Amino acid sequence: MNRRVFLKNGSLALVSLGFAPHFIGKTVLAARARQKVLVTIFQRGAVDGLNMIVPFGEEWYYKVRPSIGVARPGQTAGAVDLDGFFGINPAMSPLADLFHRRDLAVVHACGSPDPTRSHFDAQDYMESGTPGVKSTDDGWLNRYLHAREHADATPFRAVSLTQQLPRSLQGTAPALAIAQVGQFGLRGGRQTDMMQTGFESQYAAAAGELLGTSPGLGRTGKEAFDAVKMLKDVNAAQYTPANGATYPRSAFGDAMRQIAQLIKSGLGLEVAFAELGGWDTHVQQGNGTGQLANRLGDFAQSLNAFYTDMGDGMSDVVVVTMSEFGRAVTENGNRGTDHGHGNAMMIMGGGVKGGKVYGKWPGLAPERRYENRDLAVTTDFREVFSELVKKHLDATDTSTIFPGFTSTGALGILG
Amino acid sequence: MSRMYRLIRIAVLSALALAVVPVAPLGAGATDDEATVLHVLNRVAYGPRPGDIARVKAMGVTAYIEAQLAPETIDDSRVDEALLRFPTLTMTTAELSAKYYRPLDQAQRAARAAAAKADPAMAAGTPPDPKNQTPEERMLRQGAQSVLQNLAQARLVRAVNSERQLNEVLVDFWFNHFNVYAQKGAVNEYLNEYERDAIRPYVLGHFRDMLGAVAHSPAMLFYLDNFQSVDPNMSAREQDQRLKQQQQRLNNPRARITPQQREEQMARLEQAKKNMPKGINENYARELMELHTLGVDGGYTQNDVQEMARVFTGWTIDQPRGGGRFTFKPEWHDPNTKTILGQTITGHSGVDGMREGERALGILARSPKTAHHIAYQLSQRFVSDTPPATLVDRAADVFVKTDGNLREVMRTILESPEFFSVEAYNAQIKTPLDFVVSAARATGATLVNAGPMVQALRNNFGMPLYGCQPPTGYKTTADAWVNTGALLNRMNFGLSLVSSQPRATGATIRTLAPDTSEATRTRLIAETLAGRISPSTAETLAQAQSAPQLIALLLGSPEFQKR
Repeated sequence: MNRRVFLKNGSLALVSLGFAPHFIGKTVLAARARQKVLVTIFQRGAVDGLNMIVPFGEEWYYKVRPSIGVARPGQTAGAVDLDGFFGINPAMSPLADLFHRRDLAVVHACGSPDPTRSHFDAQDYMESGTPGVKSTDDGWLNRYLHAREHADATPFRAVSLTQQLPRSLQGTAPALAIAQVGQFGLRGGRQTDMMQTGFESQYAAAAGELLGTSPGLGRTGKEAFDAVKMLKDVNAAQYTPANGATYPRSAFGDAMRQIAQLIKSGLGLEVAFAELGGWDTHVQQGNGTGQLANRLGDFAQSLNAFYTDMGDGMSDVVVVTMSEFGRAVTENGNRGTDHGHGNAMMIMGGGVKGGKVYGKWPGLAPERRYENRDLAVTTDFREVFSELVKKHLDATDTSTIFPGFTSTGALGILG
Repeated sequence: MSRMYRLIRIAVLSALALAVVPVAPLGAGATDDEATVLHVLNRVAYGPRPGDIARVKAMGVTAYIEAQLAPETIDDSRVDEALLRFPTLTMTTAELSAKYYRPLDQAQRAARAAAAKADPAMAAGTPPDPKNQTPEERMLRQGAQSVLQNLAQARLVRAVNSERQLNEVLVDFWFNHFNVYAQKGAVNEYLNEYERDAIRPYVLGHFRDMLGAVAHSPAMLFYLDNFQSVDPNMSAREQDQRLKQQQQRLNNPRARITPQQREEQMARLEQAKKNMPKGINENYARELMELHTLGVDGGYTQNDVQEMARVFTGWTIDQPRGGGRFTFKPEWHDPNTKTILGQTITGHSGVDGMREGERALGILARSPKTAHHIAYQLSQRFVSDTPPATLVDRAADVFVKTDGNLREVMRTILESPEFFSVEAYNAQIKTPLDFVVSAARATGATLVNAGPMVQALRNNFGMPLYGCQPPTGYKTTADAWVNTGALLNRMNFGLSLVSSQPRATGATIRTLAPDTSEATRTRLIAETLAGRISPSTAETLAQAQSAPQLIALLLGSPEFQKR
């Protein structure tokens, strides 16, 4: 068979002769209408929260950011006003509408109690959900999956739209990494069935082995083939967003589109993950326009398209955005910003009490800063996560998900 | 090795559920049984080619490792010859700049200017549409892209076919350790030289030399922004003055330039003035300590990061976007005294200011924290995702005692009992790079066109060569690479390898598997996996209907994902 043909027909090649797993009949296209979904977005590289959610009411902001400060609302390329003190970067203006519609909330001066300014460590802590503890071998989302195991869970319960499984989903509970839904499967042309049967039995046998690391190869292989079989009922390559939503033609826009598609396909998606990089703006980051604004534009347009596309379905979905730490309050010698501390998170969805910037604002005066240089953290990021798993996903006990941490429950972003 | 120990070892091997078919004969030399030979080839090399297991068994694993530790003594003329196909490999940055990058810049500037003339509103700020490229521009762009393409292909040709396998494994390790990202600004222009001159010569040399070569490399200076880190107290007047001089030079009626060129260069000077660096940039200083030397737990503080950044002010690139070279600018350097890690670095002005950076590199290279960090990472790559502390400590000790002699550190690791312990065998998962290279090696192919492999790493495996954005480099541990999508991609890669390149691998595959008979299968399993295969996998191979199917099933099997 001509390879080009079967590459082109990749999605059609997801044919399987294998036995149908028991859950297929139960779940696919069945009424899972009230399935709650949590979508987690990681802005890798430390987004500059102060230029994303701009404290334009702070005099210090403009003092220490003479060339990169985002102008006040009403000025050229000025922030879009949110609440008279904070504004949103003009490149993200679609999200201002969602804010005013009370479907989007912001938590500012939010972050980790750990002081690290290392991308690697800070991402690791935010994803393990255990700041300061390196030995944690699974992620907080995976521990959530464990805490709320249920009988009709499908292989699509937790999906990351990435090539590698993110740290937050790593662990012993099953989770899928699918970079492109339409290309997920074995591409062996006419031999696909035969090859799939072969590989399936290889990995099924390996699933029993004790050797090696977690998650085992065998289990992963089994999950892959289960998922392939379920996906064959979904025309993954064909998808038209609803309500005229247009996703940006970017990797992140693509990921958000596919998350919407998976939710609507009724495959049992409960936790989704997507990420985007390019936030490490040490040099020439710009203000209301420029390098950072361009990234923020893609970010906001993708989120907005997802919101539009989901329509009423948004009432069961919450999207949360995060980044490992914020950036220094003062601009550096290259019209950029170096690594900092506190940052802003956004929470979007039907059940969100939006239209408000949550968290205690510490101020930007030098003596109010963390180590005299960065935005201080007044809300532990685990407060936000705890609320999401408790109030949106209905987990009753978060002690295994965030060991050693007790939420104050004071935020009240959800219900 | 005692007979008792060997018996236990084999018992353990069998108990660990990879039923050994057939069981390794007890009569084999203590450390030269097939399983051990395979282990050595999987770690010291990118896996066995057909015949390698027998060859290494015959010479003995210790002799093989010793030879690999002295790559300069191994003849590699076949690969050297193959590399002649990539003429850009040996060119200097200046040559590449003159031949590819600057002409491309010029053509793009001209195209923009023409577009601006035709439609000023449209052209402002919008990047040129690639569809509107002139043929000349397209050719120049392809030429510029071929530099990186050649570099990536050459890396894979070497990884698959070089006899100096350890050297190639280490080039990958150290490039990843000192990672730079091709897509950031002008980094791509400096990559060729970076890998060739800052990494390759030192992978079995002294750590301090590599650290120094990297610190001086335009690639790293650009990637981690140090090229524009300057003393914040440098007087603005001084900068202004220099600009004025340049402007006066341009305005000199005797300057031999056209009015248009003058206008262009004036505009560029204005832009340069706007973008003039005005203070320190901490990026390099931080990663130098966190990633390159001490490690994240190396005990440095935020204050150390700032002080270190001041030490390296003035380490920059002459014409950073013009294929320039390392230069030290005394006028950008902060001449005050600094304290790093509790040690005082006396400040110098003038050209002596550069000595501070050299001194700081020396302090970092000699720190026991650095020795431990490097020993840990090497042990993790070569022995176990969670390397035994005893081994790391010994390797760190050798690092300290030999002043960072990486050949000695490697010898300590590769000849250690921890390396040869059964728990280490097959206990790691191949990274996508390990996987594609080992798959190509297993087929015995002489790699002619590595393009499809370069593409697969980028498009299917999320591990593009020179394409890791964060300075951490790629993880080498299993947790990063074992997931459903990646696993299917490995199976698909095996399928495409046997079906898509009949010209490249067809002959090899016929030699490798002339048929699907039991004899062929037994030989194939012996040559790729030293016979260690689960009954279930063996059964699926027995059901293969053609040689390509047989090989694809082998390459996609759980056993082949391990090393």
